[in-house]
This record gives sequence, structure tokens and C-alpha cells, in this order.
Amino acid sequence: MSEVIVVTSGKGGVGKTTTSANVGTGLAAMGKKVLLIDTDIGLRNLDVVMGLESRIVYNLVDVVEGNCRIKQALVRDKRYPTLFLLPSAQTRDKSAVNPAQMVKMISHLKEQFDYIILDCPAGIEQGFQNAIAGADRALVVTTPEVSSIRDADRIIGLLEANEIQKIDLIINRIRYDMIKRGDMMSSDDVVDILAIPLLGLVPDDENVVIATNQGEPLVGSNTLAGTAYQNICYRVCGKEVPFPDFERGISFWTRITGIFHRS
Amino acid sequence: MFKNILKRKSSREIAKDRLKILLISDRVNCSPEMMEMIKNDIAKVISKYMKIDTESMEIQITKTGNKGRALKNPTLYANIPILDLNSMKN
Repeated sequence: MSEVIVVTSGKGGVGKTTTSANVGTGLAAMGKKVLLIDTDIGLRNLDVVMGLESRIVYNLVDVVEGNCRIKQALVRDKRYPTLFLLPSAQTRDKSAVNPAQMVKMISHLKEQFDYIILDCPAGIEQGFQNAIAGADRALVVTTPEVSSIRDADRIIGLLEANEIQKIDLIINRIRYDMIKRGDMMSSDDVVDILAIPLLGLVPDDENVVIATNQGEPLVGSNTLAGTAYQNICYRVCGKEVPFPDFERGISFWTRITGIFHRS
Repeated sequence: MFKNILKRKSSREIAKDRLKILLISDRVNCSPEMMEMIKNDIAKVISKYMKIDTESMEIQITKTGNKGRALKNPTLYANIPILDLNSMKN
């Protein structure tokens, strides 16, 4: 049972790379064999978020062009022996790879891993087409802001058009204090609008910045975001982990006012 | 001042309302320019028969069933204030 998951969002800067790094690391920590592929050719980032930037020899474009064997390009993670990274090329652009080549490469790699996670670039151009070409399922990352929700909606439409079977939602950078004040859409609002299953809620947590500074994914750590990513990993594997009410931003107060709104 | 706070829509509600309308036109692939053209044409036709307030008329596409993503029954709603029914021509 091997699964190819693309992490995508449309809009840039909403947390695709952070999500990829943490979900990949979390799954590896659960003993799964995981390969992370950075498909953002020209703007590679997953390697620094993972803290593996100094170990790169070959990259995705080298593999596709046959400059090296696939195995030579895979960077083994320093923490988990079952976690690997296939870095993107920094000095090339998106046109260096096409969707057919991606499908071929992934079908080769699929037998060797439990999960292949593709970190998708922002946008809906060739980089996006490359990333989704070999994917079985998608994690759509959005923040509770109008611009990123609008882009997520577009992306979901494109994923459906490309017949990606399973599309789940991760809402990132949630600020419960703002939701309580009525100044941010709650997760229920976002799910209501995008109408796809919810897989994870990640609070806006400064520990994410600290972890990225250090090149250490924070999944599983005793932080708000660390716990959130851990729960996402369980749900990716099909385990049911409930969303606590406070996570969804349904406070006691909005429950009370909700009664009045309904009438 | 207190009244204002009670009356004012929260920015959360504003965001939600804006998105709902925006995404419907995004999903049906209908540009705001096209909506404007439809609106003007409807106004032209109705104006033949009665006096309407073209300034404050509104049209939008909504979906009737709101379960799931598939836009099964998109409906065009037009809100056209009539200024003078008596000016109806025969």
C-alpha cells in the first residue's frame, strides 16, 4: 500500500513546504518509509526546512535527465532512517521537467516507499502540473484569508479536473484569539466554503518559525503546531483523531451568539 | 457607539459573504464584466415595460443546493427595484 500525496495550495507562502516537511517527518517517525520530493524547480526550499541543505549532491532534474541513478540523488534524513528527500534543482526552471517524466519517475519509486510526498510550487502552471501528475491524493493547504481560500478553491477545481481521487483540506495559521473576536473565519466557515473534507487545523505558532530557523521539523513536539501536525499524520494514515471544539474555534461565546444568529 | 458595535458586521462575516459570491462566479467561469453585461441587458429589456432603478439593481449567480462542491443548480437571481409600475406601456 503505497500512496503518493501532493501538498498544494495555489497561493504562495501559506505553508506547503512546512506542511510537507512535518507530515513527511511525522510519518517517518511512525515507522513508515517516506520520500519527500521538492518539485519547486528553481526555488528549492524543502531542503533548508528539513535541515538537509548541506547534503545535496544530485537533484530531481539530474534524475529525470539521467545524469545519476535515482538512489544517488536521495538524501537520507539525519534523524529518521526511513525518511528521504529528493531535492529540487536550484539553477534550472520549471520547464526542465514535464508531467510524463514525473509520472515515470514516481512509478519507479513507488514500490520502495510507503508514502511519497510532493511539495508543489505556488501557481497553476507547469510546476503545478508536474507535481500533481503522479499523485493519488492531495492535501490542500490554506490560511483563513480570502486570497488564499480563493486560490485553494481554484486548485481544488483543477485537482478534480485532473481526477485526483482524494482531496483533503489543511487550514494553517489559525488565530483563535481573532476568531473569538469575530475577525477571522473559523474552520467551519472555511470548510463550508471549500466543501472538501477537513484533515488538519494548524494554529499560528511562532514555534514554526523557530523550527524552520533550526532546520528541525516540529511535528510531535510539545507545541501547538507540533501536536497539530502529529494529528494530521494520524489522519493521513486513516486513524480517526477528533477535532476538539477549541481547535475549531467554537468558543462558548460564539455558541451563545450562534443561537441568536440562527433565528 | 455601542449601537455601532452591535450593528457592524464582523470582518469574519464580511470575508465569508465576499468569498461566497466571488467563488460562485469563479466556479461558473463567469467574469464580472460578463455579469455587468448581463445586468445591463436585463435592465434594457425590463425598462421597455416599466421604470426601474438601474443604479441599485443587483444580479448574482447562486447555487440552490449548498451541499458538496458540484454546482448542480446554479440560479441567476436578479433584484430589480421598480420605481413606477404605472408607467407600464401596453
